[in-house]
Amino acid sequence: MSSLTLVRRIKARPQVVFDAVTTAEGIAHWWGPDAGPVLVSESDPRVGGRYRVRFRMLDSTEHESSGAFLEIKRPERVVLSWRWKGGLEDAGESRIEITLRAVPEGTELTLTHSRLQDEETRSGHEKGWSGALDKLETHFAGDASA
Amino acid sequence: MVNYQERLDRTFAALVDPTRRAILAQLERKDGVSISELAEPFAIKLPAVMKHLDVLDDAGLVTRSKSGRTVTVRLRAQPMREAMEWLRRYQHFWSGSLDRLAAYAESKQNEARRRGR
Repeated sequence: MSSLTLVRRIKARPQVVFDAVTTAEGIAHWWGPDAGPVLVSESDPRVGGRYRVRFRMLDSTEHESSGAFLEIKRPERVVLSWRWKGGLEDAGESRIEITLRAVPEGTELTLTHSRLQDEETRSGHEKGWSGALDKLETHFAGDASA
Repeated sequence: MVNYQERLDRTFAALVDPTRRAILAQLERKDGVSISELAEPFAIKLPAVMKHLDVLDDAGLVTRSKSGRTVTVRLRAQPMREAMEWLRRYQHFWSGSLDRLAAYAESKQNEARRRGR
């Protein structure tokens, strides 16, 4: 299973986090892997609505991704499709699922990014393979010539 | 030639199964293992192991070579590396993005709190 899962605790209520995640104004403040700016942020957060984000990284390369809101349930769950413009980084379409859970200090956010093709295999048994991958990764990291 | 996307799909599909991951882990510990040796730690029959090896072979994750009556299985690193690059890229993207999202949401929350006072 090709998914990546990250969990974060955020000191803000789920409603606040949800709006930060889904609105164009919110997206403009955080989208992108480094401190480079978001150049375009468009979002229509309802089922079937689209979003488009263009950002510049600190290495001055620009990237754009877009997709649709597949599921949306404020303030607890949003599912997006994702595709890079130009497809140079990754030509396939992938899926992002974000769930928000109220916890005493605010919100626990769980993000899962997966390749779209394996939806049929998602149920159940994929959990926990990233640990197994980490171990293999150690091996391959020191084995660039193989 | 199988393209990058298809290869990635096959690799990830192959990795879904815990027995196959265990087989790969075994192969990374030792280069070149016979099939019976490979089957040993698992509570499954040889034909089941063969099936898993077929899937791994299709995904390009292992190679099999026959010498006499012994089939030796070896790990191929390239598809695995591509799969991990895919993961690493998004890991990098999202961990950076979520740091900023947390900072932004927390500042919005503080703003709301101040207004509420």
